[in-house]
Amino acid sequence: MSSPAPGRVLILFAHPALHRSRINLAMMDAVQDLEGVTVRDLYEVYPDFHVEVSTEQELLVEHDVIIWQHPFYWYSAPALLKEWMDVVLEYGFAYGDEGRALHGKRVMSALTTGGPEDAYDRAGYNRFSMRELLAPFDQTAHLCGMKYLDPFILHGVNQFSPEQVTAAAASYRKRIQELLA
Amino acid sequence: MTPDFLFQAVVYLLAAVIAVPIAKRLGLGSVLGYLLAGVVIGPSLLNLVGRVEDVQHFAEFGVVMMLFVVGLELRPSLLWRLRGPILGTGSFQVIATAGAVTGIAILLGQSWPVAVTIGLILAMSSTAIVIQSLAERGVLNTRGGQACFSVLLFQDIAVIPILSVLPWLAHAHGAVPGEGAAHGHESALAHLPNWAQTLITLGAVVAVVIVAHYILRYVFRFVAEAKLRELFTAVALLVVAGVAYLMHLVGLSAALGTFIAGVVLAESEYRHQLEADVEPFKGLLLGLFFIAVGAGLNLGLVAANPGLITMLTLGLIALKFGVLLGIGGLFRMGGGASFLFASALAQGGEFCFVLLGMADQQGLLKSDIAGPLGAAIALSMALTPLLLIVNDRLIQPRFAKMGAPREHDAVESHDHPVILAGFGRFGHIIGRLLQANGFGVTILDNDPDQVETLGRFGLKSFYGDASRADLLEAAGAARAKIFICAVDDEARGLEIVDLVRHEFPHLRILARAVSRSHAYALISRGVMEFRRDTLGSALDLGTDVLKALGYRAHRALRATQVFRCYEEESVRELAKHFTNYEDASYISIARQQLQNFEALLREDLKRQHLGGEDAWDSAGPPKER
Ligand SMILES: Cc1cc2nc3c(=O)[nH]c(=O)nc-3n(C[C@H](O)[C@H](O)[C@H](O)COP(=O)(O)O)c2cc1C
Repeated sequence: MSSPAPGRVLILFAHPALHRSRINLAMMDAVQDLEGVTVRDLYEVYPDFHVEVSTEQELLVEHDVIIWQHPFYWYSAPALLKEWMDVVLEYGFAYGDEGRALHGKRVMSALTTGGPEDAYDRAGYNRFSMRELLAPFDQTAHLCGMKYLDPFILHGVNQFSPEQVTAAAASYRKRIQELLA
Repeated sequence: MTPDFLFQAVVYLLAAVIAVPIAKRLGLGSVLGYLLAGVVIGPSLLNLVGRVEDVQHFAEFGVVMMLFVVGLELRPSLLWRLRGPILGTGSFQVIATAGAVTGIAILLGQSWPVAVTIGLILAMSSTAIVIQSLAERGVLNTRGGQACFSVLLFQDIAVIPILSVLPWLAHAHGAVPGEGAAHGHESALAHLPNWAQTLITLGAVVAVVIVAHYILRYVFRFVAEAKLRELFTAVALLVVAGVAYLMHLVGLSAALGTFIAGVVLAESEYRHQLEADVEPFKGLLLGLFFIAVGAGLNLGLVAANPGLITMLTLGLIALKFGVLLGIGGLFRMGGGASFLFASALAQGGEFCFVLLGMADQQGLLKSDIAGPLGAAIALSMALTPLLLIVNDRLIQPRFAKMGAPREHDAVESHDHPVILAGFGRFGHIIGRLLQANGFGVTILDNDPDQVETLGRFGLKSFYGDASRADLLEAAGAARAKIFICAVDDEARGLEIVDLVRHEFPHLRILARAVSRSHAYALISRGVMEFRRDTLGSALDLGTDVLKALGYRAHRALRATQVFRCYEEESVRELAKHFTNYEDASYISIARQQLQNFEALLREDLKRQHLGGEDAWDSAGPPKER
């Protein structure tokens, strides 16, 4: 296995209706041209959910940082990202005694929610904090020997003005650049 | 055509048509039916037939064909696996039986050459009766059935050296050869030195193998391209007759030769069609052969010496049965298989008559021995079906009750769960998909070019007309589970579907529909598992077009999926109203339906896929009212 060039970032992007997206589209556009970043538009590559395991595993091996970027759907990720996890993070590759291919890599969730920040609180209508809701992602990374970084979260995105969208996309770009360094 | 010939034909056919269905209904099997029919029309009872020997010689061709068909069903690799049983069990059976009979004959005061002759003659069994009876029971592929088959095959081979040993025995006996002995059963090669004979004989066998393996396919193809059914039948019969004649020329058993040709052709793409074409001739001739054996039963001789012949017959059966049972034990066949083996082979056979005739000519056996022996052999053959019935009803159930494990198929059978008719542009994709997933598929196509072309790419199919029941039978339809009709001709496709539904109702049919009206016709036959052959790929390309127009891949796919659901529903709905494309009422209903569907479809596509995101801005639990 070739050792990854340090700071190489793989963005696994999952949005099933990108033609209606505002924020995620802007975010993706903002990072696409960065040197060292690979954007993987999962719904475009696998419209029928037929995820190619070996291709995805090779990509993982070649990168140092993995981003799970998606809109927050029903307190989780859109279905294809889950399918990606189910089939790509194989026993013997990602976990298990022999499964050390991902050890030492870093993972970050980058997601957007319709709900405002204060709703993600014991007192809010969503009743749980974001960190609590993201526990499955955190633990998935942990089991694969990866470090789960602080997630990049944008709340209440449907209320964003065009300027806010631009600003948010720029902050996302900055965060990715930090990871590339 | 002489009136006499027609009369004979009527007698034989009538006897068969009356006797065999009755025998089958009584659970006696077809062989016994034919034999009884023969006895009834034979010289001893109604005396309706002329020269029985002539008919019998002619009908022996049925035995030859039977071995050809048996060969077709046995791939060389399987035959190779049976080499142990053939040489081991087979030689043991011949030597042990011949030895035991020889011993008894010497005790009864015969000179040793005569005793050995009788021993060798009685070691033979009846290939025709045994294979037909076992096939009828469907036990040919079991352990016991395979053992029987191996022994019979060995006997077929053994006849040749036995025939050449008889003159030598006659010499030792000091017998004076009778008239015609010099060229009675000798081959055309008799005047050549021994080494040359052996060489030519071997050469003939090798020639059969090479011609069957490398050359016949071109002949078959050439003939098949003429697209005349009867011509292919003719070429199939020609192969059998030609090989039989060649074997006769070099002094080998014709049955053995055609068996070898059959085994070689078992790998050929023409196998099923050959089998289907030869099968009816084989069946009729074999029936004729059994009738002739029955008619040849000299009841007069039996009536004259009832005690002697009964003793001989029962003694013969008992002795052979005992020896066979011993062999079954020795080779650890297990109880059930041993008893099947012993019951099936405990009789004399058609080769006995050949050898008897030869021994007679050589002056080895006097008629006071040969006559009763012949009668006993014929009776033992006639009793075989009964013995097998006793075995079925009284003996086998004991082994079943003892909880003996069910016999495994000793021979990996040819049967595949899927039969695919039509290996063209559509069918070959399905065939490859199934094979890639490890499913056995028997593939039929009636275009020899297609079969050859795909064969060159390593895709194995068989030449044959799937609209014939006998061909489907030969392809294993009775044991298959799924039938795929993928032919491109609408009318032929429906013909095949009708045939399968009628003849093999257990088969689940999945069909290719070439057009909308074809789909309607399939629906009206209750075949709901069909696919219109252009729909899938047209929708695939449509998806690509949507993408080219700027749709995202997943959205384009979903749009196609929605469309597909409506399309499938509309075909099934309109099928209820379809009569023909000219029918005004169908046209108006169809137009109405299509408009409805288009409207619903547009509605559905407009529905917001994954909409409602705005509601998440302040989604709370439902407010209490
Ligand atoms: C099917 C669906 C489920 C959603 N589930 C949630 C949710 O659980 N929590 C939340 O805050 N927003 C939810 N939303 C709102 C989306 O997160 C929001 O519309 C999205 O992040 C906007 O990004 P975009 O402009 O890139 O599409 C949901 C939206 C949809 C369509």
